[in-house]
Amino acid sequence: MKNPLTVNNIFVYCEISEEGKVADVSLQLLTKGRQLAGELGVKLEAVVIGSDLGDTVKEVKPYGVDILHLAEDKRLFPYTTLPHASIVSKLFKEREPEIALLGATPTGRDLAPRVASTLKCGLTADCTSLVFGDHHDKKRDVKYENLLYQIRPAFGGNIIATIINPDTRPQMATVREGVMKLEKVSAPKDPEVYNLNVEEYVNKGDFVIDIVERHIEEKKVNITGSQIIVSGGYGVGSAANFKLLYELADVLGADVGASRAAVDAGFTEHERQVGQTGVTVRPKLYIACGISGAVQHRAGMEHSAKIISINPDAEAPINQIADYAINGKVEEVLPKMIKYYRKYAK
Amino acid sequence: MSFRILVLVKQVPDTRNVGEDAMKADGTVNRGALPAIFNPEDMNALEMALKVKDYHPDTEVIVMTMGPTRAADIIRESMYRGADDGYLLTDRKFAGSDTLATSYTLAAGARKLQPFDVLIAGRQAIDGDTAQVGPQVAEKLKLPQITYAENIEKISKTKITVKRRLDRGVEEVAVKMPVVLTAHSSADPCRPRNAKRLLKFKNARTIGELQNETEDYTNMGNAKSVHKISEWTVDDLDINPENLGLQGSPTKVKKIENVVFKQKDSVKLSESDEDIEKLMKDLITSHVIG
Ligand SMILES: Cc1cc2nc3c(=O)[nH]c(=O)nc-3n(C[C@H](O)[C@H](O)[C@H](O)COP(=O)(O)OP(=O)(O)OC[C@H]3O[C@@H](n4cnc5c(N)ncnc54)[C@H](O)[C@@H]3O)c2cc1C
Ligand SMILES: Nc1ncnc2c1ncn2[C@@H]1O[C@H](COP(=O)(O)O)[C@@H](O)[C@H]1O
Repeated sequence: MKNPLTVNNIFVYCEISEEGKVADVSLQLLTKGRQLAGELGVKLEAVVIGSDLGDTVKEVKPYGVDILHLAEDKRLFPYTTLPHASIVSKLFKEREPEIALLGATPTGRDLAPRVASTLKCGLTADCTSLVFGDHHDKKRDVKYENLLYQIRPAFGGNIIATIINPDTRPQMATVREGVMKLEKVSAPKDPEVYNLNVEEYVNKGDFVIDIVERHIEEKKVNITGSQIIVSGGYGVGSAANFKLLYELADVLGADVGASRAAVDAGFTEHERQVGQTGVTVRPKLYIACGISGAVQHRAGMEHSAKIISINPDAEAPINQIADYAINGKVEEVLPKMIKYYRKYAK
Repeated sequence: MSFRILVLVKQVPDTRNVGEDAMKADGTVNRGALPAIFNPEDMNALEMALKVKDYHPDTEVIVMTMGPTRAADIIRESMYRGADDGYLLTDRKFAGSDTLATSYTLAAGARKLQPFDVLIAGRQAIDGDTAQVGPQVAEKLKLPQITYAENIEKISKTKITVKRRLDRGVEEVAVKMPVVLTAHSSADPCRPRNAKRLLKFKNARTIGELQNETEDYTNMGNAKSVHKISEWTVDDLDINPENLGLQGSPTKVKKIENVVFKQKDSVKLSESDEDIEKLMKDLITSHVIG
C-alpha cells in the first residue's frame, strides 16, 4: 500500500520505551515537530514500530500528529537495528520527508545513522535547538529558504555549531530527552492511521540478531520532570554532606541533581547528573550547591526559570546565570534554608 | 581457530581538557593548543580485539584510520599494545568529511581488507560525539551492527555473542559473522604498551612520514629495516571521488560560536541568617516554592 498523500512533511520516529509506551523523548519531539510543521505549513507524521501498538494512537494524539504509520509485528519489540532501519528507510523513500527527528537515545543513535547512510542524507546528533533559517551558498550562488538549523554543542561543549543539510532530504537530527518541551495541542484531531504491511517493508535477512537475554532495570531516578531541583557539585565535599541536599529536597518536595564532578567523586548516582552528558532539566527552581558552572553543566540547566547558587567563590561562572548568588558554604546555608522554609511555609 | 579483526581508530583533539588557552579570542577552538590523543573508546575497541587474540593466538588484529600523516601515531600506539598491522587512509580529498563521507571512505578501506570476521569501532569520537561512523560503516558494508558492545561473550567462525550496555541495563545478542561492533566505554580498558613491541615497532613509518624525515626518499637505504605502515590514498581504493570529503558531505557547518550565556542581574546574598530568611520568605510569597 502506498499512501497517496503529499510529500515534504515532518516526521518523528516514535520509540517504544521499555515499559511498552511511546517514549517521553518522542512525545517531546512531536511537540517540536508540531511547531516546525506549523511554521512550514506542512503536516506532522509519525512512525511507530513495535509489537503491541493498541494504545499508540491514544498516546500520540494529544501532541497533534496528522498522519500516523504503524508497523506492528511480534518480532519488532524489543528493538533490533535491521528491521527498524528497513521500515524507516523504505517509508522515508516513499514519503520523502523534509525533516526527520529521532530521540538521541541508545535506540535512536543506533538507528538514525544507519537510515541516514541508506538514504545518503545528512544527520546531526544531539541537537539542542532546531529553528528555520536561510542560507546563501556563495560559491554556487544558490539561495535556500527555511533550512533547518541544527544547533548543537561541539568540541566537548566549548563551542556551539549550527549545521545545515542544504541538498539532501530528509534533514535528520537526533535530540536528547528533556531538551525539547512537552506540550499538548488544544483541540487535537484524530490522526489518519496507516497500518503498514510489515512483510513489504522488512528484508528477509533483517531478523539475524538473536536477543539471548535482557536485564533492564526499572527507572529508579528520573529528575527530568522535576519542578524543583537541589543540585550538588564537587564543592559539597562528601557523600555525607550530600545528605543535607536530600534533606532540603525533602522539605521542598524537590529532587536531587548533581554535577559530573560530584557523580565522579561518588557523592551520588549517575542518573542524577545534569548537563551535556547527563540529563537536561528545566525546573521552576534550580538550587546549585557547590557547583562552579562549567559550560557542560550549564548546558543542562540554563533554562531553569530561577537559579540560586551557593558558592563561596563570588567569581564562579554559575553566578553569571544565577538569580540569587549566595556567597557562602553549603554546610552553612542549607540548614538555614531548611529552618526558614519551615518557619514560613504553611 | 583464528580470526581476522579490523579495528577503526581515530586520532582526536583532547576535548576533555580544554583550557583557557585553547579558545581563541574570536571564540573558535585553537586545535593546535589541544593535544592529539587516541580516541578513548577506540582503545576499548582495540582491547576487545586483542582479547580474542589472547584466546586464539593466530588471530590477526589490524587497525585502520583515516586522517593526516600524524595520525600514524595511533597506529604505532596500537602496535605497541598488540595490533599486528595498521593502515592509514590519507589524502587531501578526504579533508572536510562528515560522518557519511568518512564511513564511505572507511568502508572502502575495509572492503579492500576483506575477508574479515569482525570490524570493531569505538562507540563515538570525543571531537564530534556523533557515534555515527560505526553504524554507517556497517550499512555501507551491508553487515549487521551491534552497538554499545561491552564484551564478546562467545566467538566462533560462524557466530558471535556480545553483551551490550544500554541506558538501564544490559542485553546479550547473538548474530552470524561477519559483523560490525561499536565498543562502549564500559568495556575493558586497553592493556598498556608492551616493552618488546615498543622496540619492534617504534620505527614503523608510513611512506609519508619517511618522505618528511628523509630529504631524498628515493635513497632510503638506511630505512630498509623499518616496518612500513601501509598508506592508502584515493587511487588505492575503489571509490567515487564525488562521495569524498567536503563534496561528499551532506552536512555543512553554517556557523561556529562561542558559548555565551545571558548574564543575569543576580541578587547577591551572604550566608547570614537575615539574608537566607529573607530569601526563603520571598520564594514562598512569590510561589516559587511552597
Ligand atoms: C565532554 C564533556 C562533557 C561533560 N559533561 C558534563 C555534564 O553533563 N555535567 C556536568 O556537570 N559536568 C560535565 N562535564 C564536566 C565539567 O566540565 C566540570 O568539570 C564539572 O561540571 C565540574 O563540576 P563541579 O562544578 O561540581 O566541580 P568544580 O568545578 O570543582 O566546582 C566546585 C565548586 O564548589 C565550590 N565550593 C567549594 N567548597 C564549597 C563549599 N563548602 N560550599 C559551596 N561551594 C563550595 C567551589 O568554589 C567551586 O566553584 C563535562 C566535561 C566534558 C569535557
Ligand atoms: N577518521 C576516522 N578513522 C578511523 N576511524 C574513525 C574515523 N572517524 C570515526 N571513526 C570510528 O568511528 C567511531 C565513531 O566516530 P564518530 O561517529 O565520529 O563519533 C570512532 O570511535 C572510530 O572507531
